[in-house]
Amino acid sequence: MRFSGLRVLKEGLTGNKGWQSHWRDATPKSEYDVVIIGGGGHGLSTAYYLAKEHGITNVAVLEKGYLGGGNIGRNTTIVRANYFLPGNSEFYSHSLKLWEGLEEDLNYNIMHSQRGQIALFHNDGQRDAAIRRGNAIRNQGDDAELLSVSDLRRILPYLDYEQARFPIYGGILQRRAGTARHDAVAWGYARGASDRGVDLIQNCEVTGIDTEGGAATGVHTTRGAIKAKKVAIIVAGRSGQVAAMANMRLPIESHVLQAFVSEGLKPCIDHVVSFGMGHFYISQSDKGGLVFGGDLDMYASYAARGNLPLVEHVMEAGMTLMPMIGKAKVLRSWGGIMDMTPDGSPIIDKTHIDGLYLDAGWCYGGFKAAPASGNCMAHLMATDNYHPAATKFRLDRFATGRHLMDEEGTGAQHNLH
Amino acid sequence: MRLTCPHCGDRDRREFYYVGHAVALDRPAAEADIAAWDDYVHNRDNPAGATRDLWYHEMGCSAWVVVTRNTVTHEVLKCELAADVKGVVS
Repeated sequence: MRFSGLRVLKEGLTGNKGWQSHWRDATPKSEYDVVIIGGGGHGLSTAYYLAKEHGITNVAVLEKGYLGGGNIGRNTTIVRANYFLPGNSEFYSHSLKLWEGLEEDLNYNIMHSQRGQIALFHNDGQRDAAIRRGNAIRNQGDDAELLSVSDLRRILPYLDYEQARFPIYGGILQRRAGTARHDAVAWGYARGASDRGVDLIQNCEVTGIDTEGGAATGVHTTRGAIKAKKVAIIVAGRSGQVAAMANMRLPIESHVLQAFVSEGLKPCIDHVVSFGMGHFYISQSDKGGLVFGGDLDMYASYAARGNLPLVEHVMEAGMTLMPMIGKAKVLRSWGGIMDMTPDGSPIIDKTHIDGLYLDAGWCYGGFKAAPASGNCMAHLMATDNYHPAATKFRLDRFATGRHLMDEEGTGAQHNLH
Repeated sequence: MRLTCPHCGDRDRREFYYVGHAVALDRPAAEADIAAWDDYVHNRDNPAGATRDLWYHEMGCSAWVVVTRNTVTHEVLKCELAADVKGVVS
């Protein structure tokens, strides 16, 4: 089934009776070439690119709940490529390019909206850092523009420019950054993978990983044992638990990150606005809700809900930056489980067990990475070589100290990211 | 989530600074190999369930507190002075 304007028109005129399920709800076979643990954005995109770019279609994606029910289904939907350090820089640049072709590639409306993202700065030192970052972004081949206060007053008239604590000195604008419809990304990849023969298996929790002679041979699940030549762990906040099934301890601590949505409002915020000093960022969904979030609660958690101090902090930061949102009612909030690494950057790598691969450590930035993560992970699993855009996401970088990617510059230590 | 400081009693979580899993109490010997130090500094059990963290009562009495709590429910099970715990260990 392909989507097209003509198809929408035809279905509209015939009672929408011709639409079919977007993917097959498969039952597990006893053996696959590749088993992917985790049916989220990264797992599904890995399956899609394995099938599409490498012709590997004897693949199962095992999901303990429902497809796209984890962080891909609950996030703040921001897509950008404004990272600074080698490793991250080329990777997110690669991801943004994939985003820009994704709707055509998947034949799926992911509502990719390149509305621009503006990161504010508040003193001369931060301006210097922003210019340096902007130059790095332009060197990687992406766009960045320095905005003055008068530029900002024109395009973001609603900010409080008179605030004493964090006076606004300017911002960095990336016009190609923006948002996308998070669920549709999962559904689009799921459909693309399923159409190419990948089995998407829901309600199938992995309970064990089999190894023999230092090589992975398959998994145990709540729906029976499945043999596999290659196994990938792509489970976001649950990375530690699944890796423990292979007797691995990871450089990962799982934390809770909260986000919020207001009631639907008329269009008022046209861009993604990031207020780093307040750990606050905001955009407006196409439905009208203000979507905003803050920093981690900053302690290990699997509760999938945060605590009130951070809620208060986020609301205060929002009111500091844009007092106009004070009258909007918050509709809902949620907490996602983030797999935090010591340097705040991800891992796409082999493990010491042959045939067992790891895609993890996406910290607070997994959504925008989903296309490139799957693309580079599929490349690694198919060829056993690193994709040129993901050569530095090594699992052993903490032990060796090489290619640590600490974007915040706070130090590669667990409680600082 | 509120933590019970052994000195100050039941206090708001914001008074405390989270240091991480309470591995600092099991510091490797200076001559331990790289793998032991890597494991100590970076790798974590990261349990879903009961865990032991180290918290610093920054806005209070400056005590280091070992908190046993459930990462799934946020239930706080036990708060002890790190000095006492360390004493038991050594």
